[in-house]
Amino acid sequence: MGRGWIEVLKGVDLMVNRGEFVAIMGPSGSGKSTLLNIIGCLDRPTEGEYLLDGIRVEDLGDRELAEIRNKKIGFIFQNFNLLPRMPAWRNVELPLLYRGVHPKKRKEMALQVLEKVGLADRAEHRPSELSGGEQQRVAIARAIVGGPTVLLADEPTGNLDSASGWQVMETLRNLNREGSTIILVTHNPEVAGFAERILTLKEGFLRDEFS
Amino acid sequence: MSLVETIKISLDALRINKVRSILTMLGVVIGVAAVIILVSLGEGARQYIRKEFGSLGTNILIVVPGKTAREGGMHMGTSAVRKLVYDDALLIKRRSIHVVYSVPVIVGTSWVKYRGRSRDTYVVGVTEEYFPARNLQVDLGRNLNHEDVQYRRRVCILGRTVKRDLFGDRNPLGQAIKIGDGRYRVIGVMKRKGVTLGYDLDDVVFIPTTVATELFDTDALFNITVKARSEEVVDDAKRDIREILRRRHAGREDFTVLSQDEMLEVMGKVLTIMTSVLAGIAAISLIVGGIGIMNIMLVSVRERTREIGLRKAVGATNEDILFQFLTESTVLSLIGGVTGIGLGIGVSLLVPQLVSYLPSKIATWSVFVAFFFSGLVGIASGVYPALKAARYDPIVALRYE
Repeated sequence: MGRGWIEVLKGVDLMVNRGEFVAIMGPSGSGKSTLLNIIGCLDRPTEGEYLLDGIRVEDLGDRELAEIRNKKIGFIFQNFNLLPRMPAWRNVELPLLYRGVHPKKRKEMALQVLEKVGLADRAEHRPSELSGGEQQRVAIARAIVGGPTVLLADEPTGNLDSASGWQVMETLRNLNREGSTIILVTHNPEVAGFAERILTLKEGFLRDEFS
Repeated sequence: MSLVETIKISLDALRINKVRSILTMLGVVIGVAAVIILVSLGEGARQYIRKEFGSLGTNILIVVPGKTAREGGMHMGTSAVRKLVYDDALLIKRRSIHVVYSVPVIVGTSWVKYRGRSRDTYVVGVTEEYFPARNLQVDLGRNLNHEDVQYRRRVCILGRTVKRDLFGDRNPLGQAIKIGDGRYRVIGVMKRKGVTLGYDLDDVVFIPTTVATELFDTDALFNITVKARSEEVVDDAKRDIREILRRRHAGREDFTVLSQDEMLEVMGKVLTIMTSVLAGIAAISLIVGGIGIMNIMLVSVRERTREIGLRKAVGATNEDILFQFLTESTVLSLIGGVTGIGLGIGVSLLVPQLVSYLPSKIATWSVFVAFFFSGLVGIASGVYPALKAARYDPIVALRYE
């Protein structure tokens, strides 16, 4: 990773409404992840404006960004990023930990969302004892446990076989039907097909497929 | 996040690498234990000395010839030290109202013989005042009296060991023994007293000072043992003695008056220095232990890069991460500290059982200091790794393989 300055995103003008399921496609290196990191408040845009839930994100300090990530964002990663030594429910409760929720309440909430993603009986299993699809569903449970404004999924099926990939996408679609806003990044058209709206990022510019 | 939860997370993390955590702790354990053990040995020696000197009695003053005992300087050239003599002791008692007893003491060694048996032992010339002054008791027979001293009677009182060697179980009273070339009648036997101040009070023969000057052919006293009227007037007595002797010694203070406190103080100083040096050396191992912790924490931070990234992604602030790792190193060090305290106390208690001549006394302060320092070491060695962890960019950290 060099120190050079590369302009990744040039003309991105995107508005996502509450309850939408948006897929962003594009070849690797097109800036999909950078865009997602900005949306997820892990990164700040060097220029331009980003409003999340009415909050101007580029004005916020590190601590406020952390709070926004905690309360308004749910991340789902390609490689799950579960903590290997902890049972599923403890992975799921993690965002609540940084919100200062009481331990008992945390476990209760964690078990609830695990049930929602169909893993009630896997709560005490460690990631290594779960299949890839199950691990990703644990990650989804972790993403939704805090009731975030938006779910961000970065190639959620990238490490899965097609059957479990399908199951994960079904889970996401169900969540969307229940009202979750989802932004999905993928280069797989089939996966993107689950979304209601597909955008393409190419050479730093974002285009709406259907406009 | 509450402190309790942070500590719980730390304990979990430490449990995951159990062997590594224990090995890392070992540095602190050894350092803390060493500090406690060495301090308690030093403390034990101090107590031993206090007990030994304490048996002198708090209102005892000892006058020794020469001005060297405390200042430690050497006499250069001409200043000849005038000896202390029998009359000095008498004068002290006569002139100072603060003095109850003033005993001229002469010490020498000689062969003592009774029939076929003999023993080379200390022969101590004293007056009848010596026994009450030093709280010594005669078990059998009688004490010296004024007439014995005044008329230079050749009588003696035997220490327990001498009595056993020369007489076995027989009654020595009234028997004549030979000390040097003279014959001495045994008038008493001392009660068992044991070793004090490095010399065995059971392995002595007491005779009148006036006789001892003839026996050893000298009028130079070993010391003058003075007992002040009470503890409160010890300082007054001391001033009087100085005044009286200085006048007799042509204005020169070529003698030293030592009180029990001063002797304790001098010894105490030496011990404090020794203990501090030893504890300091032990403390170095605590620092080395801290470096070990820092090293392991750096490894741990690196290994858990992804975890840090993830925690940040789900809402951990930099402070949360900093605090988590700082807590981890501190908990690690404190567990080591507590273990070390246990080990240190255990060994300190065990040493006197195994090695009878090594007294030890656990100093409470050393336990607290050791605990405090192990906490400090934990924090100090955790700061750098924790800062490093807190500063990770979550995007980079999440991508770390």
